[in-house]
Amino acid sequence: MTQAPQARRTLLVAGAVTVGAALTTGVSGLLAPLRAQGLAPTLTMRGGDNNYRPGAPIVNRIGGGGFWLTGTVRRVGDGALLPRVRIQVWAHTTEGHERDPHSHGATLTDANGVFRMEMPQIIPAFGQAHAHLAYDGGHDSNNFETVFLRPVMRNARDTSLSADFVLRRA
Amino acid sequence: MIGPRPLRPALIWGGLATAMTVPVVIAAGSPLLAWRSSVYIAAGFAGVVALALLLIQPLLSGAYLPGLRLRPGRRLHAGVGAGIAAAVTIHVAGLWLTSPPDVVDALLFNSPTTFSAWGVVAMWAVFASSLLAAFRGRLRLGLIAWRLCHIMLAVVIVVGGVVHALLIDGTMEIVSKAVLCALVITAAAKVMVDLRLLTDIRRISSRQ
Repeated sequence: MTQAPQARRTLLVAGAVTVGAALTTGVSGLLAPLRAQGLAPTLTMRGGDNNYRPGAPIVNRIGGGGFWLTGTVRRVGDGALLPRVRIQVWAHTTEGHERDPHSHGATLTDANGVFRMEMPQIIPAFGQAHAHLAYDGGHDSNNFETVFLRPVMRNARDTSLSADFVLRRA
Repeated sequence: MIGPRPLRPALIWGGLATAMTVPVVIAAGSPLLAWRSSVYIAAGFAGVVALALLLIQPLLSGAYLPGLRLRPGRRLHAGVGAGIAAAVTIHVAGLWLTSPPDVVDALLFNSPTTFSAWGVVAMWAVFASSLLAAFRGRLRLGLIAWRLCHIMLAVVIVVGGVVHALLIDGTMEIVSKAVLCALVITAAAKVMVDLRLLTDIRRISSRQ
């Protein structure tokens, strides 16, 4: 008999967990499209366009590589991933300063809206290990508003960094 | 009491020289230097040297160092002050040559890095302090008023410079940088307490 309250509690807990899980799934399922609809545009970061080189060429890799700068490009609203969007990246690396032309390179997003640029290891410069990324509406036929990003690496020894764009129509 | 009496001056001067040079020497071994131009390296080291000079500066003003009387100490204080102003100028000019837009952002307080603002405020305080010292004779400020201005600028320089340095991921090694910063703050605080800044302020306010 002493087992009964225990069993009842277990049942209640199990029930609560199930209902909770169902609620969470249901609510998040309902919210997902809403959230996508309200997907806010990525805003240009302070200092993001410093040492930008308009129209830097599309390259397979910057320098010797070894470090990966990756990310996705979506559009505002439905959050659809955008293919063939031109993204330029640059940074202070083991092979050059930010201002050096050979520190810059552009790439296009793939069919899944993903871009991946291999480049030399980014090292701290001007007090932070950081990268620069640009979507420049003036050098891309997709006609979105220009956005400059300046993400900072959590650890200067990281060998990759990612940054995502949500673009809005120009 | 540090050591037997005859050894004290040597220990104090030796300790001060060590505290000022060790962080610079360690920074000179930073791996980051391999990937920087000479101008950028010079700019960075000018900043490190300015921070190291901030340690001796308050000690010179109050004749704390053995064998150095107040008057020659103050003269050296003025010289080191000019050295700090020169180092800060080289620091900013070198960074500007390395990456103009980053320096423009910093000077306009529009930089993404918070340490820039601390550094720029400290820079203006260094320049203001230099001008105040250079035109001391013509300013006709009373001794206490002049000293208050000078000390307030010194507080801004020390706090701004230390926070600026601590927030930067650069050539300075983290422990030696933290120790130097702690010593700079301690030395400045000690001198300000001894100068009886609060007594001065009270004296001025009671006169008005």
